[in-house]
Amino acid sequence: MENIKKKLIYMDNAATTAVDSRVLEAMLPFFTENYGNASSIYSLGRISKKYIEEARKIVANKLNSLPEEIFFTSGGTESDNWAIKSIAFDKLKSGKNHIITSKIEHHAVLNTMKFLEKHGFKVTYLDVDENGFINLDNLHKKITDKTALVSIMYANNEIGTIQDIPEIGKICHENNVIFHTDAVQAVGHINIDVKKENIDLLSLSAHKFNGPKGVGALYVNKNLKINSFLEGGSQEFNKRAGTENTAGIVGLAKALELSLENLGENNQKLISKQKYFIENLLKIERSRLNGDYEKRLPGNINICFEGIEGESLLLLLDQAGICASSGSACTSGSLDPSHVLLAIGLPHEIAHGSLRLTLSKFNTYEEIDYALQEINKAVTRLRNMSPLWEKIIKEELK
Amino acid sequence: MNYSEKVMDHFVNPRNVGEILDADGIGEVGNPKCGDIMKIYLKIDKNIITDVKFKTFGCGAAVATSSMATELIKNKSIEEALKITNRAVLEALDGLPPVKVHCSVLAEQAIKAAIWDYYTRKNINPEIIMGKFDNTSCSCEDNNNSCSCESNLI
Repeated sequence: MENIKKKLIYMDNAATTAVDSRVLEAMLPFFTENYGNASSIYSLGRISKKYIEEARKIVANKLNSLPEEIFFTSGGTESDNWAIKSIAFDKLKSGKNHIITSKIEHHAVLNTMKFLEKHGFKVTYLDVDENGFINLDNLHKKITDKTALVSIMYANNEIGTIQDIPEIGKICHENNVIFHTDAVQAVGHINIDVKKENIDLLSLSAHKFNGPKGVGALYVNKNLKINSFLEGGSQEFNKRAGTENTAGIVGLAKALELSLENLGENNQKLISKQKYFIENLLKIERSRLNGDYEKRLPGNINICFEGIEGESLLLLLDQAGICASSGSACTSGSLDPSHVLLAIGLPHEIAHGSLRLTLSKFNTYEEIDYALQEINKAVTRLRNMSPLWEKIIKEELK
Repeated sequence: MNYSEKVMDHFVNPRNVGEILDADGIGEVGNPKCGDIMKIYLKIDKNIITDVKFKTFGCGAAVATSSMATELIKNKSIEEALKITNRAVLEALDGLPPVKVHCSVLAEQAIKAAIWDYYTRKNINPEIIMGKFDNTSCSCEDNNNSCSCESNLI
């Protein structure tokens, strides 16, 4: 039985995605042929520069923004750090030291907020309801004349909940507050129009939509002043120093273009698969869907099974060749289950039993049926050996 | 999470899973809030653990440590079983990732809790033999990212 290579069923597309072969093809020349530094004067450098500016135009166009509003970065984490820290420290000069965010942000945002708290900023972490939505009236109430920035994620990485971004932006603008959104999970998966949706800053990351890892972008409305984040050369309009990752930037733009092609049609199909998967998973007794059924990312499934623990479920699924993830404490490296699942009000013991499956358009019904079968088997097996499940059943019989 | 081959083996093919309906001692430790509960059933005949079964709610390491712990005490005397430390379980599994070490502590505690129960059922004061032992206090109640599943043998 050694080294039998099982077919891998990849259902963890919110973690990362495979690079599209057309993206790779677009990137390859920039490693060995067009390797020039975009800052160089000779033609080899100018080619790099030209392709970077082409990529910038594509990204700008896809978000309905301007090329000078797009800054390439190393990824979502950098974009979040840059946007939040830069606006915070700039606004502090005019006495504004308050920031509003939510309890279910990615750690790239949450830990940036923790950093700012250490530097004297006041941060309000908005509660979310049982489906993961922030309350707009509550947001409105929490804004004060000291509020510099609101940062609310576009769509949640764990439970897929899509916030009412245009309304959040509108509330911010009516109150003269800057609005940043971490759209790392959304870009490439739903159409985004930064102008119509009242977004001032937006973070995105290429590897979430079949682009390469290590490259992302930050959109900054041209009317905003943003300070440089990395000091050095004059790249990225003097705002983000460092020789450009030409291949990565070209790959990002190509991936974005491809992912938005036929998006409506692709998403319709993906949502059908998602709903089929969810409905069949919910047939397992004492399971619950986390997040909103309708306003969620296409392909995202987050479900809890009572009486079992997520990591052991993942290990069994891995044995069956299925890649998924969990919000259980044991998979996070800490001892608490997911902050998102706790924020939507799940008790610890239920949050420990969560399973996240994130589909892409490449997942087939055949794969879903196989996964359903394996999940059923694994849940039954773990419940049969779980003293917690035994207690749950005994309670039920009372 | 990088588990050793032994851990994966004991997780995928756990030994001694189940219950003993007429058990002579049952120990349950852990807390659903922390994400792990271990329950060990002992059958004891003339001071020898003749059968042992377990049920565990928890991660891969929790299942593997339970499985290994039952293997280590099967057909052993109570005295020998009481000498099994979390370190012994850990070493038998070729180690655990640092965040999972508390699972081996739970396994040690589960054995002790089951033996404690055995003595109690026999109307023997376990404290005289085992010393003070608090099997109820694996709590994440007030945690700051740290589960206080320390060994509770005082």
